[in-house]
Amino acid sequence: MKRPEPVQVIKQRRDSALKNLVEGVPYIGFLGARFDRRGDELTAVLPYDDKLIGNPMLPALHGGAVAAFLEMTAIIELSWAAMWDQVEQGREMPPLRLPKTIDFTVDYLRSGLPRDAYARARINRSGRRYASVHVEGWQDNRSRLFAQASGRFLMPARDD
Amino acid sequence: MTNTTDRQDRIARAFIESIPHAGALGMAITQISNGQAVLTMPYDPRFVGDPATGVLHGGAVFALMDTAAGAAVMASDSEPVSTATLDLRIDYMRPATAGQAITARAECYHVTRSVAFVRATAVDDDADRPVATATGAFSVVLP
Repeated sequence: MKRPEPVQVIKQRRDSALKNLVEGVPYIGFLGARFDRRGDELTAVLPYDDKLIGNPMLPALHGGAVAAFLEMTAIIELSWAAMWDQVEQGREMPPLRLPKTIDFTVDYLRSGLPRDAYARARINRSGRRYASVHVEGWQDNRSRLFAQASGRFLMPARDD
Repeated sequence: MTNTTDRQDRIARAFIESIPHAGALGMAITQISNGQAVLTMPYDPRFVGDPATGVLHGGAVFALMDTAAGAAVMASDSEPVSTATLDLRIDYMRPATAGQAITARAECYHVTRSVAFVRATAVDDDADRPVATATGAFSVVLP
């Protein structure tokens, strides 16, 4: 039996693959979002910033900023899931091709508070061409969602 | 009637112009009255979602349409004091052409005592082929 790779080698490879993926999307950087990783599980983090505010009176996060945050969480999750096997096998990564959003629906459950937000995406169905993803967004309490979203995506053509 | 329209204009413009996120995305109102609003957002490399194509991130288009929809609600005849998005669905028909500004036109077509219903269309320079359409429900607080 092959001896397992040293843990640091695996972590470094996974982290650098994720970093390349996330840094490839300018809008993620513009909003200031990042992705935390535990094994293959990703949690998107949107640190609070004044430019994310939509209603200065409350104040509350802009619905469009929340939607973008949830949509990028879905896109990164789909891309990450698609590239996971290649990362694990240590194969050279082909040029990044991201899924395209077909439609995206956001439910605003409560107003977004002026503090950090988190999101996780669950891929409910992923075929060769289409994928369906559900995203949950929360702030202080994991069980009290402030927004959820559901979207359909067109997956990039695969060479295999 | 003119006074009502002026009032609507004033409130809705102030509403949109005071939104930090709309400012960060460079949004501007080009038209607003009678439950309709037209907003533009310039092309900016920072708003790109797919660097291979230079196409804007769907989330930036979503933010523009959400803001246009909220402005249309504020400009409706019911003259709400405030509004917030309850849900918004966006359909992406085609990628926006890289380098071109996006224009979103929103129409608030029905308002009850607590909910406003809105639809919106986004185009780039090719106004005959929409980039995206959206429908949503908004909360309203009436005076």
